[in-house]
Amino acid sequence: MSFLQIDKVCKSFGPINVLRDITLDVEEGGFLVLVGPSGCGKSTLLNTIAGLEKLTTGEIRIAGNVIDDLPPSERNIAMVFQSYALYPNMNVGQNIAFGLEMRGMPKDERDAKVAEVAKTLQIEHLLDRKPGQLSGGQRQRVAMGRALVRNPQLFLFDEPLSNLDAKLRVDMRTEIKRMHQTFGTTIVYVTHDQIEAMTLGTRIAVLKDGIVQQYGTPAEIYNDPANLFVADFMGSPAMNLIPATVRGNAVEMARAGEEPLMLEFQHLPADVRARDGQEVIVGIRPEAITDADNRALVRDGQQAVSASCRIDVVEPAGADIFAITSLGGKEVVTRLHQDWNGQANSHAKLVFNLEKVVFFDPESGVRLR
Amino acid sequence: MSRSTQSSFGTGKLLRAALYAVLILFAVYYLLPLFVMLVNSVKTLDEIRGGNMMSLPEMFTFEPWLTAWSEAQIGVEPTGLKPYFINSIMMVVPAVAISTGLGALNGYVLTKWRFPGDKIIFGLMLFACFIPFQIVLIPMARVLGMIGLAGTTGGLVLVHVVYGLGFTTLFFRNYYAAFPDELIKAAKMDGAGFWRTFTRILLPSSGPIIVVTVIWQFTNIWNDFLFGASFADFDSMPMTVALNNLVSSSTGVKEYNVHFAGAVLAALPTLIVYIVSGRYFVRGLMAGAVKG
Repeated sequence: MSFLQIDKVCKSFGPINVLRDITLDVEEGGFLVLVGPSGCGKSTLLNTIAGLEKLTTGEIRIAGNVIDDLPPSERNIAMVFQSYALYPNMNVGQNIAFGLEMRGMPKDERDAKVAEVAKTLQIEHLLDRKPGQLSGGQRQRVAMGRALVRNPQLFLFDEPLSNLDAKLRVDMRTEIKRMHQTFGTTIVYVTHDQIEAMTLGTRIAVLKDGIVQQYGTPAEIYNDPANLFVADFMGSPAMNLIPATVRGNAVEMARAGEEPLMLEFQHLPADVRARDGQEVIVGIRPEAITDADNRALVRDGQQAVSASCRIDVVEPAGADIFAITSLGGKEVVTRLHQDWNGQANSHAKLVFNLEKVVFFDPESGVRLR
Repeated sequence: MSRSTQSSFGTGKLLRAALYAVLILFAVYYLLPLFVMLVNSVKTLDEIRGGNMMSLPEMFTFEPWLTAWSEAQIGVEPTGLKPYFINSIMMVVPAVAISTGLGALNGYVLTKWRFPGDKIIFGLMLFACFIPFQIVLIPMARVLGMIGLAGTTGGLVLVHVVYGLGFTTLFFRNYYAAFPDELIKAAKMDGAGFWRTFTRILLPSSGPIIVVTVIWQFTNIWNDFLFGASFADFDSMPMTVALNNLVSSSTGVKEYNVHFAGAVLAALPTLIVYIVSGRYFVRGLMAGAVKG
């Protein structure tokens, strides 16, 4: 049985439905990431798990016990906030000990616990400082210390990295992952950053308008998106979504001033084949379109076709070169090897990895399988 | 090029000198009454009658101060201002403490424990700031009479607490509006309830606004004359009313030096409060001004 179960949870503020029938479950020691654009309800969902918001209908269970009616402090849940929310009037040691103090733990026991946590997080030398005297990374560590010291059965993280600069964010991301591996506590993590979601999560729930768009492992979400929204939201650069027409076992993409591009498949999915002559949206990630010499991105044995395409813009990014071409009236980003030496405004031979191509219905945005 | 910068440097200096001259002039102008009061409070009565108000004392004496403090005729008793000074303290300290405490609590509830209709309640409390003293005199006298506090120090404390609550609530509400909600949530997760969140998290971070409120309330209540004159008895009369009785006494010789000394004595506590915590006052007024 799953450790954390979110069962048909709805939440409305007056007439506004913020969460609609959300059902998720996480195994013990799992890392659930709630990701979505702002206003999708992910923070509200986290607050209902924490007990800071009451849910309208539905049930949340931890280890089989319903926690809906428990106050936040009795749920044995710790939370790390976006601003870290360290008490400005207390020093680091007092901040970490505050939750224990509120639970009536004697002072010497508290001190021992704080010392232990401080040692694990390597913040022993900071214990006497006030939060105002700490750097962003140190604050996050203290915030994690405050959560860890209570030895909770569940950790909640509310966009903890969004206040940090780009480099520190990457370091702290690694730190959170390391903490998860060390302590093995179940985590629910909210972010709007899809890279954080991919790197941290064992399970990802993509939310939009209070509805779970897709729930699965990072690989499932990335390679097998359930609809256009998920395909577009996850991945950077974003997946190319190209309007195309089905022609038997091929799809045809219009090109300005040229013959249309035909991609010939061995087996089109049944839903797509059924739409012969109609329009579909073809989704191809940038790394599934590459230059003919780049064997690294298209594995042997995978179904691939090559075609000559006009390159409009070339964007070297160090490890790769992103080249932009135009298909079906859309800019299409392709990811080429860093040693590719083509030029903008000329033609180049591109390889399409057909096993990575997905199809969507242009009206509903639903995946065609 | 270098010449123009030099000349602009020169005019800059000139402007600065003019600025200082004007500032000093204003400072002198504003300090003059204080100077007159202090100088004349240490002269003998003969010297005041005979001479110039602005001149320094020829014969320095503390006698008027001692007289004003403990011997001057106030009403019918030759008690000096001392007992009334004590009355004022007995009134000011609890009134300031209670109104500040309640204001902090109101601010906390109105920003962090929102409830339906909280904005209307806050609006009504704001409205209290604009009610003139005179309007509440008669209803307040009725209320004090009904609850048996008429003519007592306790009654005055109540009046000042009620009247000051609008201001103190406004101060604290605006200050706490800028206080991050996440801290309150964190305290909830840590298991702190309503009171412990207030006393352990919010109050310790409220230093500047407490200073502002205390200064504001202290000055207003200490300097209040109308409520003191209306609601106090002889044995609960505050300093301001006693000073008036001393100065406007129509019998005997007008002892101007004693009057000056008495006036300075009456102003002393507010002066001390400003000097001790004045820099927090400005800082506190600015805090919360940016946001909320």
